[in-house]
Amino acid sequence: MIGLTHYLILAALLFSIGLLGAIAKRNAISVFMGIELMLNSVNINFVAFNHFLHPQFLAGQAFAIFVIVVAAAEVSVGLAIILALYRRRANTGVDELDLLKW
Amino acid sequence: MSTLAIILTVAPLAAYAVIVFFTSRWKALSAGIAIAATGTSLALSIWLLLGMIGDPTPVHVSMSWLSIPHLGGIRGLDISMGVLVDPLSSLMMTIVSFVAFLVMVYSLGYMKGDEGFSRYFAYLGLFTFSMLGLVIADNYFQTFVFWELVGLSSYLLIGFWRLKDSAAEASKKAFVTNRWGDFGFLVGILLLFTIFGTFDFAVLAKEIPAYEHLGLIALIAVLVFTGPMGKSAQVPFHVWLPDAMEGPTPVSALIHAATMVAAGVYLVARGFVLFQSVPQVMELIAWIGGFTAIFAALIALVQRDIKRILAYSTLSQLGYMFLALGAGSMSAGMFHLTTHAFFKALLFLGAGSVIHALHEQDIFRMGGLSKKMPVTTWTFVIGSLSLAGLFPLAGFWSKDEILLVALREGQTALFVIGLVTAFLTAFYMFRLIFTVFFGEPVPAEHGHGHQAHESPVSMTGPLVLLALLSVVAGLVGSPWWQAWFGSSFGSFIFFGEPEAPHLDLAVALPATIVAVLGIGIAWLVYGKKLVRHEALAERFRPLHTLLLNKFYIDEFYALVFKWVMMLGGRVFDWFDHRVIDGTFDGLGSATRTSGGKLRLLQTGRLQSYALVLFGAVAVAVVLVSTNLIGGFAK
Repeated sequence: MIGLTHYLILAALLFSIGLLGAIAKRNAISVFMGIELMLNSVNINFVAFNHFLHPQFLAGQAFAIFVIVVAAAEVSVGLAIILALYRRRANTGVDELDLLKW
Repeated sequence: MSTLAIILTVAPLAAYAVIVFFTSRWKALSAGIAIAATGTSLALSIWLLLGMIGDPTPVHVSMSWLSIPHLGGIRGLDISMGVLVDPLSSLMMTIVSFVAFLVMVYSLGYMKGDEGFSRYFAYLGLFTFSMLGLVIADNYFQTFVFWELVGLSSYLLIGFWRLKDSAAEASKKAFVTNRWGDFGFLVGILLLFTIFGTFDFAVLAKEIPAYEHLGLIALIAVLVFTGPMGKSAQVPFHVWLPDAMEGPTPVSALIHAATMVAAGVYLVARGFVLFQSVPQVMELIAWIGGFTAIFAALIALVQRDIKRILAYSTLSQLGYMFLALGAGSMSAGMFHLTTHAFFKALLFLGAGSVIHALHEQDIFRMGGLSKKMPVTTWTFVIGSLSLAGLFPLAGFWSKDEILLVALREGQTALFVIGLVTAFLTAFYMFRLIFTVFFGEPVPAEHGHGHQAHESPVSMTGPLVLLALLSVVAGLVGSPWWQAWFGSSFGSFIFFGEPEAPHLDLAVALPATIVAVLGIGIAWLVYGKKLVRHEALAERFRPLHTLLLNKFYIDEFYALVFKWVMMLGGRVFDWFDHRVIDGTFDGLGSATRTSGGKLRLLQTGRLQSYALVLFGAVAVAVVLVSTNLIGGFAK
């Protein structure tokens, strides 16, 4: 029988993979993908908690929809920035984008 | 009456301002303005003096100048400025404006052709203003303000020939030496203010005798007295006055003989109640005066510079005045101040006339001037006789009064010192006279090939007038005056009881005898040349050298300055640069260095920020969920 724990472990794995991607990948697109993974692992958590703890409400599902919307908005802005960067520098390596320092 | 006093004080200041800002290009006009202003002051002060003789009730006007109200427990502050016209101040302002006026007229001739002519008269105006302001002051605070202004004008005038190194040095020396005295003075009056809450002479005169802590009053009196000691050049602050002779000679006559150096005497007379309430302080004043009197007279015996001889003579006579004040007689001190102002101004102006003619100050390079400069010679002789205290000239009466006071108060030692000083005074003055005015004229090649001639009328006029006063001014303090008019100097200016003058032969006779003796010996040595003075100097070589070098006081101070002050200065300099500056420089550079290191944390790489962020969250989660280290897990 597949229970809440299994979902949570799946979400934790996804989150960790996403985090690793977001922190360790060099390409800005890959970083984005890592972030999307993290957001979606959170969505799994929402839906799983909702289903197993309070099936009579739909709050978890609703929040998951919200997260998807916000993620879409974020991706559109982020991709625009990455495109602009690419046009300027012909490169999307995150480790070279250190102009904010000092 | 107070309005007149203000007008007569401010007039010379107005002259100063006008000369400095508008007329400095036209020399004659500048001099005219200064003389007119001082003449106004003179006329008004004589008017006030006559008014005071008629009705000696003091006129006192005072207005608040700075007022800070009480604030909770903090004491308020109320400083007023005012005018006090009483016999003492009206006499003093007359002396000041009179001598200032004569000196200005005299300077017309003496300073003729000097490129700083206008500046000179402007400074004289400034000085006259400051001195008159000091005289009319009704409280210690105002006195202090003008006291410093007087010091400033003295500085400016000593260093008048500013391109001359010695003059610049002398002006600095005068200023710095005066600062020492003024510091004590300032501390003294501030203490006075903290205790009594007022600077006002009249209020203090009532409150001081009622105050019980005599020790504190004694401390204040001694501190305040350091001011007069500096300004009136009493030992140990005497070193500046002889050097101040670097200034133009009329300035020496006005500031460093007749008026400013007498300001110390005036201040002691003005605040007499303060000093008089502690007998020990009076004793101290008397002894400082007596010591200075004989000390300076001894030095004057061997000096060669005509102005320096007169300068040491001034020191000595100021010592007499303090002796009189310390012995308890304000009348005698002020009386000697008055007569001294006339004959010492005369002597200095006479010396100026000689210097003007010869361009020479060494008395042994002069000689036989009596034929070429009769007016200068005879007025100078009159002044010297008066200074030596010969009957019935002005100096006789005032010196007699002082000796009388010393004897009456039982100060026999001081009386003897006074007598010895009188002898020395007569001797050194006539040493000067027989050398400079009589005897052989010095050959032309030593006299700079300069043909001596009598000075112009603008210079001899003041000489004659002052000579006249040096003869008759003493009469106002004589028993005859008392007999004729029923009043005298002692009943006009006094502290406590009016003092009637009387001639005590036990004092007058010895005083006259020693004076005549001094003149006689001077005549034998320098007039008849019975013994060569060089031989005498050879005979008493160690003593002569000691005196010629002014008891090595200057050298001593230089040594003290070099070793103590400079060493202290270096220590403090080191402390300031190393410790104080080091502390703050260190703080600054520590901040900068640590900032430089810390900024490296900001790599600008988003991913490293994210790593830190998530790492921190992970650590927080672990901490919160582990019971072993204080977590909340069930």
